[in-house]
Amino acid sequence: MTTNKQGCISKIFVHQEEIMEEWLREQFAALSARQDLISELDLRRQSTEFLALFTPACSTDNLTDITTPEWKPVLDFLGSVSRSRAIQGFSPSETATFVFSLKQPLFARLRQEVVADAVVLADELWKATVLMDKLGLYTTEVYQKSREEIIRRQQAEMLELSTPVVKLWDGILAVPLIGTLDSVRTQVVMENLLQSIVDTGSSFAIVDITGVPTVDTMVAQHLLKTVSAAKLMGANCVISGIRPQIAQSMVHLGVEFRDVVTKATLADALEYAFRQIGRTVTKQA
Amino acid sequence: MDHIPIIKVGEFLLVSIQVDMHDRLAMSLQNDLTTQLIKTRAQGVLIDISALEIVDSFIGRMLGNIASMMSVLGAESVVVGMRPAVAITIVELGLSLNNIHTALNVDKGMALLRVLMNSTGDSDSHESR
Repeated sequence: MTTNKQGCISKIFVHQEEIMEEWLREQFAALSARQDLISELDLRRQSTEFLALFTPACSTDNLTDITTPEWKPVLDFLGSVSRSRAIQGFSPSETATFVFSLKQPLFARLRQEVVADAVVLADELWKATVLMDKLGLYTTEVYQKSREEIIRRQQAEMLELSTPVVKLWDGILAVPLIGTLDSVRTQVVMENLLQSIVDTGSSFAIVDITGVPTVDTMVAQHLLKTVSAAKLMGANCVISGIRPQIAQSMVHLGVEFRDVVTKATLADALEYAFRQIGRTVTKQA
Repeated sequence: MDHIPIIKVGEFLLVSIQVDMHDRLAMSLQNDLTTQLIKTRAQGVLIDISALEIVDSFIGRMLGNIASMMSVLGAESVVVGMRPAVAITIVELGLSLNNIHTALNVDKGMALLRVLMNSTGDSDSHESR
C-alpha cells in the first residue's frame, strides 16, 4: 500500500522523456491550426523548461497550495509564457491548453505506476487534476491581466495621438479634436494646450471640433472649461468646426457657448484670428 | 510680516507675486494696492503671477476681488503670466473670474493695459476689432 502520496507523482517523472513526447504530441494536436503563431522549436523549448521546473516542485510535499515558495519558479515561468502568448494573439483557451494538455500523459503515467490499488489511483488522479487545474487557471489569469495591460497601454497611446496642438501661425495655435470628449481627454487636451500656449507665447487658440461626433451638455462644459483656462492665461479662444447637425442638436439641447466666439470652419476661425492679431492675407497682384 | 512690493512704473502699478500666497498676505496686498492706487493716482495695475504655483479658492477669489476693486476705483487691471496648472485649478474650482483681463506676459499685459486705458468705457476691448 502506498501511503507516501508524494511518491507517486514525483516517481513518474522518471519517464520524463516519454511524458515530454506525449505532451508535445497533445499540444501539437491542439494547436495544429496555430502553427503560424508559434514554432515547433519554441513550443518544445517552453515545454522542456516547464517540465524542468515542474518536476522538482512536484517532488516537494505540497501539491495543493501553489502559492508557496517552491511553486514560485513554476508560476513565474507560466506567467511569462501566458504573457508572451497573449501578446502573440493566442486565445485564452489555447493558452491554458499548454498546461491542460499535460494532464493526459501525466494521468497515463500515473495509471501505469499505480496499477495495484484503485483507491490510491483515484486519490493520485484527483490530486494531480486539482494541481493542473490550478496551474491552468493561473495561466488564464495572467493572460487576462496582460490583455488588460495591452488595452490600457493602447488607451494611453490613443490619448496621446488624439490631442495634438499645432501651430498655425506665429501666435496662433490650433487643437483639432477627434473623437468623443470625456473628462480624462479634456484634461489632457487642456494641459497640452495650456503648455503649448506658454511654450510658444501664442495669444490665440482655435479649438476645432470637426472630429467630435456629438456635442451634448457634458462635452460643451468640457470645451468651456478649456476655453476659460486658456483665457485665464491670456490667450483668446475660438471654437470652430461646428457642423450643421451639431449646430442643430446644440440648439435643441439648449447648449450654448456663452462669451465664446464660434466659427463654422477652421478657415473662418483662422481669418478671425488674423484680424484679431492685426494681420491680413492678400492675394498677389 | 512680509509685504508684496508694489512698484510704480510710469502710469501703472506693477505687482509681482514671487512667493506663495497665504491668506493674510493676500489681504494685505488688497489693502496696499488700493491705498497705493489712490496715493499714486495710477491708472492701471499689472499683476504678474508667473511665480505663483499654488492657488486655492481664496487666492482665486482674491484675484477677482482685486480686479473689481481696481475697476471701482476707475483703474484697469491685467493679470499676467498665469501658469497652466494654476489656470486649470481655477477652472476646476469653478471660479469664473470673468471680470479680470489676462495676458500671457508682462509685455503683452502692458500693451493690453494701454489699449484698455485708451478706450474708456469699452471694458472688453480685448475682444473688439
